[in-house]
Amino acid sequence: MNAVLTAFHRRSASAFDVERIRADFPILQLEIDGKPLVYLDNAASSQMPQAVIDRLVRYQTSEHANINRAVHYLSETATSAYEDARRKLQRFIHAREEREVIFTSGTTDAINLVMHGYGRKFIKAGDEIILTTLEHHSNIVPWQMLAEEKGATIRVVPINDAGELLINDYEDLFNERTRFVGLMHVSNALGTVNPVKQMIAFAHARGVPVLVDGAQAVPHLPVDVQDLDCDFYAFSGHKLCGPTGIGVLYGKAALLESMQPFKGGGDMIMSVSFEKTNYNTIPHKFEAGTPAIAAAIGLGAAVDYLSAIGMDAIAEHEGELLDYATEQMKHMTGVRILGTAANKAAVLSFTVDGVHPHDVGTLLNQEGVAVRTGHHCAQPVMQRFKVPATSRASFAFYNSMAEVDALISGIRSVQKVFA
Amino acid sequence: MADYRALYQEVILDHNKKPRNYGTLEQASHHAVGHNPLCGDHISVALDLSRDPESVECINGIAFQGESCAICKASASMMTVAVKGKTRADAETLIQEFLAMATGKLDLDRPNHIGRLAVFAGVRDLPTRVKCAILPWHTLHAAFNSVATASTEAAQDPMHAPIGNA
Repeated sequence: MNAVLTAFHRRSASAFDVERIRADFPILQLEIDGKPLVYLDNAASSQMPQAVIDRLVRYQTSEHANINRAVHYLSETATSAYEDARRKLQRFIHAREEREVIFTSGTTDAINLVMHGYGRKFIKAGDEIILTTLEHHSNIVPWQMLAEEKGATIRVVPINDAGELLINDYEDLFNERTRFVGLMHVSNALGTVNPVKQMIAFAHARGVPVLVDGAQAVPHLPVDVQDLDCDFYAFSGHKLCGPTGIGVLYGKAALLESMQPFKGGGDMIMSVSFEKTNYNTIPHKFEAGTPAIAAAIGLGAAVDYLSAIGMDAIAEHEGELLDYATEQMKHMTGVRILGTAANKAAVLSFTVDGVHPHDVGTLLNQEGVAVRTGHHCAQPVMQRFKVPATSRASFAFYNSMAEVDALISGIRSVQKVFA
Repeated sequence: MADYRALYQEVILDHNKKPRNYGTLEQASHHAVGHNPLCGDHISVALDLSRDPESVECINGIAFQGESCAICKASASMMTVAVKGKTRADAETLIQEFLAMATGKLDLDRPNHIGRLAVFAGVRDLPTRVKCAILPWHTLHAAFNSVATASTEAAQDPMHAPIGNA
């Protein structure tokens, strides 16, 4: 059995040609202080392949005009490219309809849209919103603002020492006042993959809608919003090999139609007079003003690129990187891994005894290794583990085993400096 | 590009490992807590300030404690050594010189009072670490003025600038 498994892994590893993929990313050729760049800060932002850069150049050099407005050639070309991008994103997350894909400036913007469009309309005094300890600040603060405005209450799902949500506690939080659930798909600080499908089903059985923050899931796993049956799903383009300033809110059409607009302005209206404004249909109702047209088209090219490699292949390669790094780090004296969930994706958060994460980060940088250090915009997670901050290596499909080795040897030199 | 190792010199590593004047001060007349919201680090500085016969304010005692990185802790430790026994005016001058040095605005070839603190000159090439080195100095400044808390992000903070300019 073991021999078969090993053989299988070897075959799949060779099928995934990481060196060929790395050649698609110009930035990965950089040297930092004479050392090859080892970019392990992908959970913060990923890098862009040449195909996406080329698409942006093509758009700016031969397709750009404002969309949804004029009848001239460029406006029609730009509108069509923008709507093509929406269809690409729809297919990428398996949404039922393209009008369920709203372009936002990113995950934060998408969550704020739901807070203003859904929350401010439907959540009232005394209502309860369930969030989890793992949430990024972007899925905490908007709901706190809403709770304060409405007199609603936030209830928080705890985690265990491995960084896994306590599902029994989650279920116990529901009562007749529960109106909304905000839930992270994959933890940016710990890498935990949450059982969102099961949690959504539980909430739906009680008539409660669920928003999933998928910022860290979409780059690493195949995501099917219909299979998850989530009501809202938010993610960012720049963590998905796309440009910054673009992201997506998926929402079920009926819910989106029932919501009030978030931003008012051009494009989101059917007709305007000073007596009454009629709002446009979805998705346009939620895309006021000129959107990030180029960025949306770039993101479309990014999901084409990722789909050509295959999200299953990406998940498998990243799983191998994570296993390899975890196995080595586990045996290092004085290094503690935070987040040891059974189901994890692409993130390795750690502390080095006696060395502050900022010092770890500065010294790793000296070896060309880029990691994130800090609280990862997830202070409740840090408080749960009683640390002010961690160092975090986060992998992408273009990372190699040799880069894991560079990380591990970098941590050894940090320990030497502070010995 | 700078050699980052230059920053992690023996003297900084030593002060990080064995911080001087670490703890609380029994007869503190002034006190302030400084926060670096970027990393959650915090440093508290307690002062025993008194006036000598000529009515000049002197630092009779100083102590610090808190959670921080090596750069911040060593900076705090060396700061306490540097200002202990000094007049408030001399300490204020040193604060200004240190802040200027950390942001690359001090000409170390011209007369100054920096002395051994020159080991921190390298942070000017590491914009994200400047805040670590200057937090204790801001906190000392806040303690003199009995401001309750200092922050490397506060609006009135002279260092409150985009990190690239810091």
